[in-house]
Amino acid sequence: MQRIGVFICWCGSNISATVDVVKVAEIMKSEPGVVYSANYQYMCSENGQQLIKQAIKEHNLTGIVIGSCSPRMHEATFRKAAEAAGLNPYMVEVANIREHCSWIHKDMDEATEKAVILVRTAIAKVKLNAPLMAGESPVAKRALVIGGGIAGIQAALDIADAGFEVDIVEKNATIGGRMAQLDKTFPTLDCSACILTPKMVDCAQHEKIDILSYSEVEEVKGFVGNFSVKIRRKARFVDETKCTGCKLCMEKCPSKKGLNEFNMGLNTRPAIYIPFAQAIPNVAVIDPTQCIKMKTGKCGICQKFCGVGAIDYEQKDSFIERQYGAIVVATGFKPIELTAFNEYGYEENKDVITSLELERLMNAAGPTGGVLLRPSDNEHPKIITFIQCVGSRDTSGCGKPYCSKICCMYTAKHAMLIREKYPDTQVNVFYIDVRTPGKNYDEFFRRAVEQYGVNYIKGMVGKVYNENGKLMVQGSNLIDNEQVTIESDLVVLAAAIEPEPSVRKVATLLTASIDTNNFLTESHAKLRPVESPTAGVYLAGVCQGPKDIPETVSQASACAAKVIGLLVKDKLKTNPCVATPDENMCNGCSQCANVCAYGAITYVDKEFRLGGGKTEIRRVASVNPAVCQGCGACTVTCPSGAMDLKGFSSKQIMSEVEAICKK
Amino acid sequence: MQEVSTEKKEFVPNIVAFCCNWCSYAGADLAGSSRLSYPANVKIIRVPCSCRVNPTFVLKAFQQGADGVILCGCHPGDCHYVTGNYYTRRRMALLFSFLNYMGIEKERTRVEWVSAAEGARFSAVMNDFVKTVTALGENKRLTDLRVKEGE
Repeated sequence: MQRIGVFICWCGSNISATVDVVKVAEIMKSEPGVVYSANYQYMCSENGQQLIKQAIKEHNLTGIVIGSCSPRMHEATFRKAAEAAGLNPYMVEVANIREHCSWIHKDMDEATEKAVILVRTAIAKVKLNAPLMAGESPVAKRALVIGGGIAGIQAALDIADAGFEVDIVEKNATIGGRMAQLDKTFPTLDCSACILTPKMVDCAQHEKIDILSYSEVEEVKGFVGNFSVKIRRKARFVDETKCTGCKLCMEKCPSKKGLNEFNMGLNTRPAIYIPFAQAIPNVAVIDPTQCIKMKTGKCGICQKFCGVGAIDYEQKDSFIERQYGAIVVATGFKPIELTAFNEYGYEENKDVITSLELERLMNAAGPTGGVLLRPSDNEHPKIITFIQCVGSRDTSGCGKPYCSKICCMYTAKHAMLIREKYPDTQVNVFYIDVRTPGKNYDEFFRRAVEQYGVNYIKGMVGKVYNENGKLMVQGSNLIDNEQVTIESDLVVLAAAIEPEPSVRKVATLLTASIDTNNFLTESHAKLRPVESPTAGVYLAGVCQGPKDIPETVSQASACAAKVIGLLVKDKLKTNPCVATPDENMCNGCSQCANVCAYGAITYVDKEFRLGGGKTEIRRVASVNPAVCQGCGACTVTCPSGAMDLKGFSSKQIMSEVEAICKK
Repeated sequence: MQEVSTEKKEFVPNIVAFCCNWCSYAGADLAGSSRLSYPANVKIIRVPCSCRVNPTFVLKAFQQGADGVILCGCHPGDCHYVTGNYYTRRRMALLFSFLNYMGIEKERTRVEWVSAAEGARFSAVMNDFVKTVTALGENKRLTDLRVKEGE
């Protein structure tokens, strides 16, 4: 027989102003099963908790109901109090008589009546509660960072500095990411490589960091604290342990017509290459689609010249499997494809380029050695027109509805750098709005306009076309309310940025949720911005939303702090409110496993006694309580009603329904 | 007609609302902390996910005298458990059309998506639902089907 205690909170006047708390507590005294009922000003206070603890001990309570604020607020508090008094913490139910009652109703009689029903409902439920024990699972003291851009690098360094092992999985041949492609960075105009490459070197030299470049995550099993991840190490056809990065192979390779991805395809590279001079690891990779030896079987020049015998045309993809406690996703971004934007003539005109291409053209390590020459004829462009919001803030369906956030600033940077280096150049910028929130950002933009004389034109561009070898940019000038056509030598498009497409696969593997724009969703937009709703998965950089370098680095460090906080624990408590099958009723049909989003359900063969000494072996469902998140999808799917959810059992919910409906 | 309408005014429907813990229950909390009122005859049952609601819970509610049942979950694509609300949507579409066939008007049952940030929406949805169910009048219990009444 249950011995229930009821505790009605006043919450100062928050509840007591509209609910007659004394009356509610009085009514509860005569409820069947209730042996104790009290009211108090603040149940969550030290004294209130003391009252609860005392009553549990004195009256030998087997379950308690607190009529108070939302369980989302203080359920944990009351569970702790119960536990301290020797009562199982899951024998506590909270009736929400504040948010769902006193705060929304004005009539005292009406609110009191509702409060009585809500408390009765909680009593009905708690009578069917069973003591639950939170399980424990060990924590693998190693973190995985997916993506080796500045976000991944920063997160890895911070985690490794705290003393934990970190693996960086990078799909490209080198870490560095987008930031490595940039020339200068706003608003300080530091050279991007000068601030990034030392961090890349730090990663390579850190004894706790293992860089798995040219690798991809293939399979993820497990859960927070205990992820088991299979990583594909793609064949680079070069032995990473032998290659010294001497680049002799690059010189000798006869197949030099591959598009240089690092330079956005603005020049070519050999079939065997190191993406850029400061690449980490500084190890060559062979592009098998371009390599003559691999296509025709004849050549092998690189192998002949390689002094250390690092070339291996027969290399195959290999796999490694490691255990991780936490995973940071930092997969980054790419500029959108401009196929849907014919009006800008990007495909037809060589001199219509994207901002990232301009970045390479202005970079000292780029295809032109840092001299700004236009791609069509290698001439100095005299008039350069920038077009903002190409595909950003676009609700037409061609582009992205969001603001890409970084374009206003990098365009101001480009304009400023060009005017500084080539003062004879005229620079025009078509913009919808200039958005410069950030420390020293607006000052930076104003410098572009006021000191460097960049011509900003408010208005959108309708068309870019070629007329007698000149690019004509036709747009509107909304300030002067007129149509303008600007003759230009070079047109630069601030293409919107989108999450790197591979994030979709990563999100699926991790069961991390993703929004309509393919950005990973954070657990709470304001209060848990670096955590994915999937426990143990953290988000850094543009994979979570458009952001610039300072923001990315902050987010990466925040991720690292969260990861460190997780990895210092030896064991994690698991949620005991998980699904559990009644093996006698289960017929092993697999429907529950099909709806489980977490893969928590497997099947085992079990021996059942049939009576008369006979036994039978049947296949029945088995739930891994450490993987189950407790949603209950399987409980409803189960055709035989064998599956139930602890803490939210069918009987419990039925009893709640009954208590509410009883007239 | 006149008499009927005065009778209806006195009628207060009993509404059972199943709210998922992550979005809609939090949305209801937000409605509370924003003091956005809705009628007191709406009583909320907390479930981990809208997909935890077994059709038998809904049947039980009507059997026990509820006049309307509403399920609230996270918006499609935002489910805390990835895909739970999609199951809810399909299951309840089936159940509600079946209930409609049995004489429990489809207006008495509803699935709504309310996020944790949508306190105002929660309140608006509840006000609207209570209004709709009030207009329909008392629910004929499952044990008291219309077929019987027609005899």
